[in-house]
Amino acid sequence: MATKIFKHIQSTIVPLQVENIDTDQIIPARFLKATTREGFGQNLFCDWRFDIDGKPKQEFILNNPLYLGKILVAGKNFGCGSSREHAAWAIADYSFDVVVSSFFADIFKGNALNNGLLPVQVSELFLDRIFSEVAKDRHTEVEVDLEGQYIKICSTGEQESFEINPYKKACLLNGYDDIDYVLNNKSWIETYERSKVI
Amino acid sequence: MGQTLFDKIWDAHIVNRSAGFPDVLYIDTHFIHEVTSPQAFDGLRDRGIPVFRTNQTVATADHNVPTLHQDQPIREELSRKQVDMLTQNCAEFGVELYGLGHPYQGIVHVIGPELGITVPGKTIVCGDSHTSTHGAFGTIAFGIGTSQVEQVLATQCLLQSKPKQMKIEVNGKLPFGVGAKDIILYIISKISAAGGTGYFVEYAGDTIRSLSMEGRMTICNMSIEMGARGGMIAPDQTTFDYVKDKEFVPKGEAWDTALTWWKTLYSEEDAVFDEVLSFDAADIEPMITYGTNPGMGIGITQIIPAKEALDEHEQFSYQKALDYMALQDNTEILGKQIDYVFIGSCTNSRIEDLRLVADFVKGREKAPHVTAWIVPGSKQVQLQAIAEGLDKVFESAGFELREPGCSACLGMNEDKIPAGKYCVSTSNRNFEGRQGPNARTFLASPLTAAAAAVTGKVTDVREMLPQLSEPEFVEF
Repeated sequence: MATKIFKHIQSTIVPLQVENIDTDQIIPARFLKATTREGFGQNLFCDWRFDIDGKPKQEFILNNPLYLGKILVAGKNFGCGSSREHAAWAIADYSFDVVVSSFFADIFKGNALNNGLLPVQVSELFLDRIFSEVAKDRHTEVEVDLEGQYIKICSTGEQESFEINPYKKACLLNGYDDIDYVLNNKSWIETYERSKVI
Repeated sequence: MGQTLFDKIWDAHIVNRSAGFPDVLYIDTHFIHEVTSPQAFDGLRDRGIPVFRTNQTVATADHNVPTLHQDQPIREELSRKQVDMLTQNCAEFGVELYGLGHPYQGIVHVIGPELGITVPGKTIVCGDSHTSTHGAFGTIAFGIGTSQVEQVLATQCLLQSKPKQMKIEVNGKLPFGVGAKDIILYIISKISAAGGTGYFVEYAGDTIRSLSMEGRMTICNMSIEMGARGGMIAPDQTTFDYVKDKEFVPKGEAWDTALTWWKTLYSEEDAVFDEVLSFDAADIEPMITYGTNPGMGIGITQIIPAKEALDEHEQFSYQKALDYMALQDNTEILGKQIDYVFIGSCTNSRIEDLRLVADFVKGREKAPHVTAWIVPGSKQVQLQAIAEGLDKVFESAGFELREPGCSACLGMNEDKIPAGKYCVSTSNRNFEGRQGPNARTFLASPLTAAAAAVTGKVTDVREMLPQLSEPEFVEF
């Protein structure tokens, strides 16, 4: 089945300068009772966004109308903790297309890629440069190009290349799906199973 | 160059390797539960395909289930709906379900080993990051997202790039009062919550070898808390003795064949790891966390590290964590008053954990202001505890023995720690809000948790353990 395609984006950003953001912060466990993939965006970062009575916390970045954009930029070790794919669903459902950090947890990275959400890993230095530029000018735009594998701060022209598994890159560019790939090669599995001793 | 334990199992499960593609890895056993599977079954329906190998998938209900009155319908509507959906999906697709009321029900990472579904040499996945627990038996076991749950249901395979490998050695005799949970909290505190990212870890060394299977599971369970995809320990006589005669373990000739293979599962002397770390068991004391990720841990007699000692860009996140915990840097954690104690979770809810706690609390009583919950990892653990009379010990000490499930580890059911309260917990995560909105978690071993329940504050359990003779103590 075709999945979401990602090629290129240029957008303002939402800076979230916190390290070790775990998937329990991205989407708390009590919201995992839903049985579909939709609607998780409304509870994205719920306990940082809303107080115990459900009122928005003004100091949290997602509640600040001055910061909007399709690119979330966060501190290192983003997405650590639970394997819940709901975290990637929540970020994508909130309408982010890209997450930038200097370091991603493995499972989160895989989950994001399986949902058309591009994790872009940059150096600590480059991450600091993005945070500094957006602190100076909240209209700072960032460009991310998947084909060319680069990320650029538009106002300064500073850019860095990023890595991505070539197979996953092709999947994102073309909307390919892991399951279709394996299902189309089912004979491999049957051959393997026949040869398996234990 | 010799192969590692990981190489041997990985290579034995490659279905296809093509240039430019991740390996197609065969999955022997797939565990599923109610939270991360519904959308995967929907995916199968959308594609119009069945579960490819129904006899290699096992389901249980654990994350959402209440830990009281399990004989009655689940009261919380969304939880009930999710558990009911698992039942319907398993019936429709022909998957074996150990649901509520079944004698095999329990936390997925507790039931796999106790039923003998988890045996050496397997590849095991589950839509849960603590699947690394099964690595204690010398398996490649790791957590996956729901899209991958769908992939395994559809094909019994996963597309996976081979990760880097790390060996973590722990050698030497464990000091008095120190156990497996302290070892893993110590390692994570040294290498940080991200120190293992990108790696699969093999734990080795004579300290690891000396641990029981329960202790090894506790170690492997928390591999993900240092960011590693999984952790594993080479199987040995301790492993073989544990699995022998378990319900689903091969019997007769099949056992002999399996055992012959299992005995080849170790890293060769000349195997090369991408990273090797070594620790000395003598340096470890009972551990406790003070912050909001599992890397923020200290020896129980140490002080909370100074903020100024950190890099400037780390100080904001550090202070945010201390503010959440309402703690100050440069202060002692010993003596801090606590409100709840939770003994349970896939890290520490096995019969050995319950025996250890019962042994400690026998003849003692919890502090009046403390609520102490003991949540067994499975129905079998619960019944075993009752058969051994541990329930009576807990009852007279004021601890509540509940019914099996994930419970207050992640607060998906009613078992939440109230806002602002402190809980000493034997679980695996101290993230903000993990045990309930604004709840504050101190991760520790079952013994340290039990000691805190008795005194009502963070306590050095060594001061409450039976005194060893002086010379012997010095020798440790």
